[in-house]
Amino acid sequence: MAQAIDMTAATPVQRSARRWNQRTLAPWLFLAPGLFMFTVYVLWPIIQSITLSFYDWNGLYNQDGDFTGTFVGMGNYAELMTDPAFETSLWNNLKWLVLYMAALPIGLFIAIFLNQTVRGIRLYKSLFFFPFVISQVVVGLIFAWFYAPNFGLFYLLTEAVTGKGTAILAEPDLVTYGIILAGLWPQIAYVMILYLTGLNNVAPDQIEAARLDGAKGWRMLWYVVLPQLRPATFIAVIVTVIGALRSFDLVSIMTSGGPFGESRVLSYYMYEMALGEFGFRMGYGAAIAVVLFAIMMIFISGFIWKMWRDETER
Amino acid sequence: MVQKKAGALALVAALLMSTSAFAQDKRVVTWNADYDPIPLAASEALIADFEAANPEIDVQMTNFDHEAYKNAIRNFLTADPPDLANWYAANRMRPFVEAGLFADISDVWANNGLTEALAASVPSSTIDGKQYAIPYTYYQWGIYFNRDAYTAAGVTPPGPEGVNWADFLANCEKFKAAGIDCVTTGSSALWPVAGIFDYLSLRTNGYQFHSDLAAGKISWTSPEARAVFAEFAKLQPFVTENHAAIDWQDAAAIFVQGKAANYVMGNFAVANFKTGGMTNDNLGFMVFPEITPGLARAEEAPTDTIHLTSGAKNPEDAKTFLAYMASPEAQSKWNTAVGQLPTNKNATVPAEDPFLTAGFEALSTSTGGIAQFWDRDADAEYAKAGMEGFQQFLVQPEKLEEILERLEQTRLRLFPQ
Repeated sequence: MAQAIDMTAATPVQRSARRWNQRTLAPWLFLAPGLFMFTVYVLWPIIQSITLSFYDWNGLYNQDGDFTGTFVGMGNYAELMTDPAFETSLWNNLKWLVLYMAALPIGLFIAIFLNQTVRGIRLYKSLFFFPFVISQVVVGLIFAWFYAPNFGLFYLLTEAVTGKGTAILAEPDLVTYGIILAGLWPQIAYVMILYLTGLNNVAPDQIEAARLDGAKGWRMLWYVVLPQLRPATFIAVIVTVIGALRSFDLVSIMTSGGPFGESRVLSYYMYEMALGEFGFRMGYGAAIAVVLFAIMMIFISGFIWKMWRDETER
Repeated sequence: MVQKKAGALALVAALLMSTSAFAQDKRVVTWNADYDPIPLAASEALIADFEAANPEIDVQMTNFDHEAYKNAIRNFLTADPPDLANWYAANRMRPFVEAGLFADISDVWANNGLTEALAASVPSSTIDGKQYAIPYTYYQWGIYFNRDAYTAAGVTPPGPEGVNWADFLANCEKFKAAGIDCVTTGSSALWPVAGIFDYLSLRTNGYQFHSDLAAGKISWTSPEARAVFAEFAKLQPFVTENHAAIDWQDAAAIFVQGKAANYVMGNFAVANFKTGGMTNDNLGFMVFPEITPGLARAEEAPTDTIHLTSGAKNPEDAKTFLAYMASPEAQSKWNTAVGQLPTNKNATVPAEDPFLTAGFEALSTSTGGIAQFWDRDADAEYAKAGMEGFQQFLVQPEKLEEILERLEQTRLRLFPQ
């Protein structure tokens, strides 16, 4: 009898131990491939970049494969503080960040405009979405030709209006705005498509109820439609901020940072310093990357915090 | 019949085996290069000649895309070094020499009498008294002019002796009145403005000044440096507007169309001018005008080089090939095919090409010295800062003080006094 009691007592313990194993181990097992990838391709490079930013290194190993860099501590960061090119890049990044936000209201406006049922609306929608489908490199080339001195459409237009053509990409004070405008074109299309899908999910009964209560126009948009679009707005803000901060391809294609570095942004300056023809200052490039990472971290932590709050409130 | 077939098969097999055995006897020299199609064909022809003369050596070339090569060389020199690698002279090879990746080949120079035959290229191939490069080709810079544009503006085209600086600027006034750009350039890639600045610097203060300035030994706020910018300021109003937004090829189009009269460029641009429809009849070449009277004339001629790597597996045969690349026969053949100038003074230049003969004449009679180019004579970061300054000055000449101040700060940071 005592034996039997022991046996019956042992089984639940064993079972709970197995269940404990399943509950604790299984998630990790499922996470393992992702964690592995994340560590190798995200965490490790971040750590490596931060380490590298404390060195002065031209990217060469010697014949025996030894690292040839020298440790300079915070030297690279100290140099960044007094580097006028870095200051220009930082300001340009700020311009990108602020002006890129224009994609939100414009995208919303176009989305609302297109959110109707008329003949051929699918075609119009896809035409508006078109700039996001083509590669950024192509967008850059199109706008570079648009702005090109002597034969570009924009140049000829300004020449016709003012009598003297303006070559945006040769004007140090205008060049960044010219590139941002090129970047906004696909970004607006992206935001538009986010809002269009959002508008599909707006509850028709709430619109109906609001209409019965006499809401229309701006008040309808502001108090009834926009609150329901919050998830879409959240995503649109994220992709726009990230799009602004990682702007690289347009700068590279349209101006290579010129004229005389006036259109540089942090990501392009990092590339120039670390991998450009006159660069190969790996440590300095890494230091710029770390600064860019820190700026992005501000936004990323904000988003993560908001998402975490939403999850726990539910 | 069957026997015949079997016999033929055996014969073929024996032949194959003998050739493979023959190939194994050959000593392999590997060479990494970055050639466009025309130089590639010229190099392959040289390899064929070399292998015919040295049947026991097999030169195996791996050709890279020109731009990709600039990154690839940094990897393969450490990871998997070939015996030979293409690169550039002067300061551009310094990082590889200092990291110990290019080998000292002073013995090739000494044993083949190259210090005599390649005299003009000794300084650009030497670091700390040792030679690390075999220069095999270069090309002249100077002013290319469009005779049609000169005629259109009613200006007499310069003769072979060129014009002096005062006349050149006076002509610029006439071009401006006729609505033609006196000097064109496309500086979106920065280096074309360095060509203009280098010539102003060489003509105002001479070769030693250029060399010292590139080495960071001269202050940007010194009277000599200011004198160069003073000449630059005289030229500035006559340079194509919006040059900062266009490539050198776009400027070549302006030049070919006769909307610009002069183009400070390297000889490689002649191919573009001719593709655009210019001929030897309306395209002219002159050396850059004299500015400071009596100054020994120096010229720019960027040199391409081949190097022996430190990790070479077959350095002995690689040196034999390097000596061959330095020889007048090889250089005459290669440069005739490519349309550039040989560095060996005993080599020949095709007489039917007026630009090559003019360039050879200009370089061989220059008593001041042969400069590489701003971005090859100066340290990479310093070169870039300088070129941005030159470009900014051409766009915003009123910001001279600001530009000089910034360049001076860069100099003091890179070359602590």
